[in-house]
Amino acid sequence: MLSPDSVGRTFPGTDPIIVSQADIDAFCAVIGDTDTTIAPPTFTIRATLAQFEEILTRPEVGLDWSRLVHGDQKFEIFTPVKAGDEFFCTATIESYRVAAGNEIVSVRSDLHKGSELAVSAWSTLVVRA
Amino acid sequence: MIEAGAVLGEQVFYLDRALLKQYADASGDQNPIHQNEEFAISVGLPNVIAHGMLTMALVGKYVSDFAGGSAQVREFSARFIKPVIVPAGQRVDLTVTATVSEVLDDRIALSLTATSGGIKVLGMAKAVVRR
Repeated sequence: MLSPDSVGRTFPGTDPIIVSQADIDAFCAVIGDTDTTIAPPTFTIRATLAQFEEILTRPEVGLDWSRLVHGDQKFEIFTPVKAGDEFFCTATIESYRVAAGNEIVSVRSDLHKGSELAVSAWSTLVVRA
Repeated sequence: MIEAGAVLGEQVFYLDRALLKQYADASGDQNPIHQNEEFAISVGLPNVIAHGMLTMALVGKYVSDFAGGSAQVREFSARFIKPVIVPAGQRVDLTVTATVSEVLDDRIALSLTATSGGIKVLGMAKAVVRR
């Protein structure tokens, strides 16, 4: 069960994320995108989901990652992402509820480039009963 | 001149086990439900399923193509309502269409539809692109 104390809190990611051209190239190859100068719109999930897993499974937060299902996803991209970008990430647990034994957690991830907010991503994650 | 209500062309993507492996490596999501049939069935799934985010990435390609590049995409969201089931040795479709829902001076909003085998797999799929 998620710790009730963690709801409404913002957790910083541990390390900055540096986007490599090789990572963009690999992502573009899957979807058949030949323009690799800008990352595809869902590319930052690579960073945000890894960050969520690290943060949400910390002992003080306590989510069970092994029974997780992805409910929905939203991105707002203020600045297109490209190779060489360095992001500092935070994850905010916006809401939490239990329905029919399933835990439903809404998490927002903000990617800052310096002082500028580049991408916000919202995920609803469901831990199945 | 693009107007609200316009229906955009259909694009069909194909998914197979090799693409799921490729996406797992590109995204870092190595959950075995997307690669290992025995494991997927053991947790109550009908078969190996595609990553929801792979489905969304392919629909994102449709959005980027319409927008004239990924740099033009401002917002993109979807709900994962049904899995895309990918049996061994098969290629399954992901069929994407869209309707223009709003046209403003600086942006266009799209309402997207994604189906696989005729079944709707994404709900509330929307995008906003710069014009």
